[in-house]
Amino acid sequence: MGDPVKYINRTRDYYLSQGYKKPYQWAHFEDIPFTRLRKPLSESRLALVSTSDVAVRNASGAGRDKSDEMLIGNAYVIPTNTPEDRLFSRQEHFDQHATHLEDVNSYFPVTRLLEKVEQGRINSMAPRCHGVYTAYSQKKTLESDAPEVLKRCREDEVDIAVLTPV
Amino acid sequence: MSLVARYLEANGIPTVMIATARDIVEYCGVPRLVFVDFPLGNPCGVPFNQDMQSSILELALGLLESADEAGTTVTAPYHWPEGEKWKELIFTQEQPFLEGDAYDNWMAAKERYRRQKQQSDS
Repeated sequence: MGDPVKYINRTRDYYLSQGYKKPYQWAHFEDIPFTRLRKPLSESRLALVSTSDVAVRNASGAGRDKSDEMLIGNAYVIPTNTPEDRLFSRQEHFDQHATHLEDVNSYFPVTRLLEKVEQGRINSMAPRCHGVYTAYSQKKTLESDAPEVLKRCREDEVDIAVLTPV
Repeated sequence: MSLVARYLEANGIPTVMIATARDIVEYCGVPRLVFVDFPLGNPCGVPFNQDMQSSILELALGLLESADEAGTTVTAPYHWPEGEKWKELIFTQEQPFLEGDAYDNWMAAKERYRRQKQQSDS
């Protein structure tokens, strides 16, 4: 396996070459929080959180209302029991030349996680999964979106979380 | 996304992230990371490969159990089935990241964000 792509360097060079003057300042912290598991996974309730811009097709098969797309930097909820064939992603910021987003479980693994529940590996899934729009503002993510996800996780008595960025 | 993981973790919910952009996630710093060396878009496994997707999730669940310090990364033992050419091409002049509608949508989103920011600043 070759080395991983160095995205920070690659995107900086790419956008400078496109005429952007100021490189994006990626979030960086010296310290990392850490919380130990409080109980075995087989007794734990799990929440799935993703930036994959997953949406629910309505009954007629069309996408969500266009006005939803006006929201930027907001957390939203996808019911965990949404049939998989009604889920899709509107995300465009992925490697469109190399792959596709036609299989929801390749970036929003809700069905695979429900299988882990059936197998007894985890106790349950929270009734709500969480979408977080790719915020352009780290401040907004920290002050608005992350607290909203935490609040909903606490309401759902979540023990552990799996996060999947696209 | 890394910021959300850090926030949940700091508030008592153990987290594990499954991601493809290793350097960005590790530069931010998250408690636990399963790194999958695949193109942006499929961190949880090759599309429609259910066995692989299940195994990658098992790596994530196992990491929740085994990690005893912050900043622990495990690498999923998989190769992208169509080779590694994508690594050379992503974000290059030769292969623009966003084209056509996707580029226009990105510009429009940036403009909406700029307007929202102006409103909240004023």
